[in-house]
Amino acid sequence: MNVHDFVEFTVFGLTAGGIFFVSASGLVVTYATTGVFNFAHGAIGMMAAFLYWQLTVESGWPALLVVVLIVVVIAPLFGLLIERLLIRGLYGASLATTLVVTVGLLVGLIGIAGEIWEPQRRVVSPFFKDGGFELFGIGFFQGGGSDLFGVPVTWHRAITFFIAVAVAVGLRILLYNTRIGTTMRATVDDRDLVALNGARPAWAGAAAWALGASLAALAGILLASAFSSLDIIVITLLVVDAYAAAVVGRLRSLPMTFLGAMILGLLVNYTVGYLPFAFADDRLPRYLQALPSAIPAIMLFVVLLLLPQARLRGSRLISASKVKVASLRSSLLGGVLLVAAALLVVQFASTDNLFELGKGLGLALVVLSLLPLTGYAGQVSLGQLAFAGVGAWAMVEFGDTSPWLGLLMAVAITAAVGAIVSLPALRLDGLYLALMTLAFAVFMEVLIFRLESILGPDSNLVPRLDLPGLNMDSQGTYFVFMAVVYALLAIGILAMRRAAFGRRLIAMRDSPAACATLGMSTNRTKLLVFTMSAAIAGLGGAVYWGFQGTVTAVEFTMVASLVVLLLAVIGGVSTASGALLGGLFFAIVTIISQEIPELDWLPAIAPAVVGISLARNPDGAVAEIAARLRDQFLGRRTKADGDGEHDPLTDLDATLPLGADLTPVQIEALDRELAIEEVSVGSR
Amino acid sequence: MTEHSEAEESIVGAVRSDWESVFGEVPRPALELRAVKAAYGKIQVLHGIDLVVPAGRVVVLLGPNGAGKSTTLKVASGQLPPSAGSLLIAGRLMNWVSPSALARVGVCTIPEGRGVFPNLTVRDNLRMATYAGASMRDVEATTYERFPRLGERRRQLAGTMSGGEQQMLAMARALTTDPAVLLLDELSMGLAPQIVEELYEQVAKIAALGVSILIVEQFAQTVMGVADAVGLMLSGRMVKVGRPQDLEDDLSRAYLGAEV
Repeated sequence: MNVHDFVEFTVFGLTAGGIFFVSASGLVVTYATTGVFNFAHGAIGMMAAFLYWQLTVESGWPALLVVVLIVVVIAPLFGLLIERLLIRGLYGASLATTLVVTVGLLVGLIGIAGEIWEPQRRVVSPFFKDGGFELFGIGFFQGGGSDLFGVPVTWHRAITFFIAVAVAVGLRILLYNTRIGTTMRATVDDRDLVALNGARPAWAGAAAWALGASLAALAGILLASAFSSLDIIVITLLVVDAYAAAVVGRLRSLPMTFLGAMILGLLVNYTVGYLPFAFADDRLPRYLQALPSAIPAIMLFVVLLLLPQARLRGSRLISASKVKVASLRSSLLGGVLLVAAALLVVQFASTDNLFELGKGLGLALVVLSLLPLTGYAGQVSLGQLAFAGVGAWAMVEFGDTSPWLGLLMAVAITAAVGAIVSLPALRLDGLYLALMTLAFAVFMEVLIFRLESILGPDSNLVPRLDLPGLNMDSQGTYFVFMAVVYALLAIGILAMRRAAFGRRLIAMRDSPAACATLGMSTNRTKLLVFTMSAAIAGLGGAVYWGFQGTVTAVEFTMVASLVVLLLAVIGGVSTASGALLGGLFFAIVTIISQEIPELDWLPAIAPAVVGISLARNPDGAVAEIAARLRDQFLGRRTKADGDGEHDPLTDLDATLPLGADLTPVQIEALDRELAIEEVSVGSR
Repeated sequence: MTEHSEAEESIVGAVRSDWESVFGEVPRPALELRAVKAAYGKIQVLHGIDLVVPAGRVVVLLGPNGAGKSTTLKVASGQLPPSAGSLLIAGRLMNWVSPSALARVGVCTIPEGRGVFPNLTVRDNLRMATYAGASMRDVEATTYERFPRLGERRRQLAGTMSGGEQQMLAMARALTTDPAVLLLDELSMGLAPQIVEELYEQVAKIAALGVSILIVEQFAQTVMGVADAVGLMLSGRMVKVGRPQDLEDDLSRAYLGAEV
């Protein structure tokens, strides 16, 4: 070890830490003010990086101008737009709802970026790489940078670090020394009281989202030059890595977030720097080469383990779920109908369409794993496809001997992995479990599935289950078999829901505090349901990829895992038929995109758009449409929402006509006395 | 039997003329509710309330748990739009006006048990009070003069102070923002009797400035001294209106569950 290397890695680490902080601080500001965790944060940074490339490299605009344009104008406007259209209606909504909206936004932005910027080599140069500029005869940023122990510190690195410090100081001043900042913090404490003070809580939320988007964009631009070529997913993931830093500050404290970001930056760069030495003298196995990219996920895991127990929350749900639990009779009937429908599909569908519908049905098996977890227990997993991947891998690994052993191992291994993943987040709020599963999905994508000993770079053959008397090699037969598996799983889950364990799940979702006072262990219940959900996903994966016949590592991306959640919401997350509808939705969208080439973007964007629009009613499309129809024909719902900014002029018909005895002069005098302007009724 | 039917009749509740029998004719009260109904979702809580607070007077709403007092206050502060009837402030229709707009217009509301932001310092809490129009310097000066203890604790988190000090901080907003109408919800909840007395001394001082005040209380004793008129609420209706001394008998009966 020599000083030069150490200083170099440290400089790199502090720079990376600076970027992590800029990104994480944006997350903290939006979460702390509006209570909505912005999973799309990374995607906003990614969009900004690509836009920066577009304007500087493609259009040749000056870098400084573009930075200002994006960070000060475009990104804040985008943040305002998101807040106004998607977030404002979410205050007080359930975790699942808020998660689905921002997750949908993340998936949608990645899809849109993929449409705008086709894959090609894109290079962004660092700030002032070719020297700086002169102003009033004074040279700024001349030369390549300065030296520290013989290590060149480029202007880009120096600027990045100072921006991070400036952001930290600026946010501190904004939040603690200005009225809008105070209002943002006050909004977390008590929204209603903010309004009663005369402030507009919605403005605080809008300001926070504008600021958060701006910081995400800044982080994305600072990151852009670090790559040999811009990549949509890589940049999104790097901004996502900041989650780990934000969690160090419990998503609230900015100083702790700064510390977390610096630790994360240094950790990543020391690993990047020193690992090659370890590989060189064989102290570490080569398969750990992708370790640096998994560091944030590992750090998140450790930090969650160390966070203290969260206070148990009392009851929050005001309205009860409208979904009825199917009886044994109707679930059996549904199962029979499904199998009959599958038989019909096999008769009439073309080979291509049968393949896509089969994939949809296989996907539905994975989506079904969210029914007990999200539909009943109210917890959210963002890594279900990663569990399915583990199941598919187990089938490849152990299915050779006997496919039934493969299936057994798929269930057993995913259950074990699920238990481990959920372990650190059990004591914490549901959001942390979601973060943990996201980190798991990333960890599996970048490090595990690619390993030669797991799935490797090539495709692997997946054996199918064999049943006596059936030719399971036929696509049609296997399709019907998957329908039978779905029916059996759904009937089983519904039976569990009607039993004591199901009641415990509902009780835990409604009021963890009440459960604890009854002597029920919420941690154990959470662990059980998460393990069960992972096992179902593993089983689904083993069966699904059996239908497909081969499996490759690249199928199990984080984004694909997020799509699973969106499909669950589209179909309806609290009904057994919902997963099927979600899978069917995806199959149909895929078939349409294949039939009509102009619509080839549909599978990348449709789940996000439909998912976001249905998020407010997680009971799904069918429930939503039914509710709309009911309202249409059986009279409107009464709305008692006190926070809305209503125009008194438009609501006049509904109330008594007043002020008839006031002369205009009196009205004016009154208005002056009470300083009524925007709320006056008479004079306009 | 005749008694019973009389009781049935009184369920219809007090109307505007009952308030006028206390105050005389009030052409344009500072705050008025006319036949207000209100509901949380599908559950109706107020079944037609008439309420009059003339300029510069103190009106107290009394009644047992669940009578609809706090809901009435929520309607008056704009937090819950009435489903029928009207909210009038200074004779102007204010249904559907947002609570923050009402607050800026001069309606100061101190909600039940939580008039402060617990995770903000005393000073930050006062900064929030400036939205109603006063300058930070005036707000701070008046507050620290009236409550020297808050001046000593200006950097302390409000949530770490005692209940009485928190209510003082909440009252500081009423004192410094110069409101036209003040709405107080359960000021005494969870506080020692001596502190409650101190707080109501402050209320009396504010009333003396000419501020119109509506107070909701569950326990009657302390508040009777400052009241000009009392409305008694039961199950979402205003069952009786009168001067404090006229209502004392009705009160004890209402709280013990008898017919009023």
